[in-house]
Amino acid sequence: MSPDTELPLWAAIVTAALVLLGASLALIGTVGLLRLKTFYERVHAPTLGTTLGIGCILIGSMVYFTVLETRPVLHELLIAFYMTLTTPITLVMLVRAALYRDRYHGRNQVPDSDPPKSTLIDKDRGRD
Amino acid sequence: MTRWLPYPRISALLLVTWLLFNQSLAPAQILLGVLLAVSLPWLLARLQPVPGRPRRPLTILRLAVRVLLDIIRSNIAVALIILRPGMRGRTAGFVRIPLTMRNPNALAVLACIITATPGTVWVDYEPDTGMLMIHVLDLIDENEWIHTITQRYETLLLEIFE
Amino acid sequence: MSAMILHWALTAALVMLTLAMACSTVRLIRGPRAQDRVVALDAFYVSGMLLLLVFGIRSGSTLYFEAALVIGLLGFVGTVALAKFLLRGEVIE
Repeated sequence: MSPDTELPLWAAIVTAALVLLGASLALIGTVGLLRLKTFYERVHAPTLGTTLGIGCILIGSMVYFTVLETRPVLHELLIAFYMTLTTPITLVMLVRAALYRDRYHGRNQVPDSDPPKSTLIDKDRGRD
Repeated sequence: MTRWLPYPRISALLLVTWLLFNQSLAPAQILLGVLLAVSLPWLLARLQPVPGRPRRPLTILRLAVRVLLDIIRSNIAVALIILRPGMRGRTAGFVRIPLTMRNPNALAVLACIITATPGTVWVDYEPDTGMLMIHVLDLIDENEWIHTITQRYETLLLEIFE
Repeated sequence: MSAMILHWALTAALVMLTLAMACSTVRLIRGPRAQDRVVALDAFYVSGMLLLLVFGIRSGSTLYFEAALVIGLLGFVGTVALAKFLLRGEVIE
């Protein structure tokens, strides 16, 4: 906590507010993971942390390190770029896996695939 | 040129990023950066991306601002849903949306937008019929969602990619 | 003054993120199905990554940011592998 002594008050308040907002969004997201009833509802909840949650914390960190002028903010940019790229991929893959398994086990609350000839199964088998 | 550097711009970007991150111009770092700049685009070419480059930077900017605002708005909406006591009076469900665009790059961008927005997840897409299926956390009116996806995003994506 | 505000805010953020990790752990243990556990594991990774970012601001060291990046990458690869595994439909519950 040594460099804080030179930090102007406004920067401290902005950083504090952004970090607190980001952390609370991540917490609300995981609370949703606990509270929501079905898998397809629960999969929405962690998106709070991975979009605005991480965004707020990264912007807070950028403000902090830019004002202190200790180092360039490249790491934050890289993390933000990387998160926007990977989050959709993991979520879509998980939902598709869940849908495939639900169809396979014959759970009735999931819709059938539209034209029955090209389902998830065919596409995935073809690729491997 | 095309054989060794299939994507010269990506190669240049990789080299500059590598040097910026290491904060040095030492010969060893430049060599490592060049190695990355040559090998990674080669791997990318192996993936055989669909050719086609986004056009109209102004439209891209408009789309980016729109998506950012939507993400902030739906973050608040989903947070309120989670924090609301009881959890009654809300239905989640699947929505089928007919799409007119067929460009794989545009579809990939749309998948990222829909999934990155809290409250909606891209589930399935049928290339034969152009039918997209998404899951919505707070489903009030199906037609409203069809309208949102096709009017708000698809029209701009069509302009950018086709 | 500004040091104190920052100190308390960062400490509160660390507590909240630890709670977020605890919530994900509960869902990870409870399940009930394999896909629930994978989503919980992914959320756990993301919370851990955010925790490291806050640590990075607190200490002013770049090391934490690099660690956060590595954690994020590992989490991504792990989740994709698990999702792929679930897609093959060969999981015994």
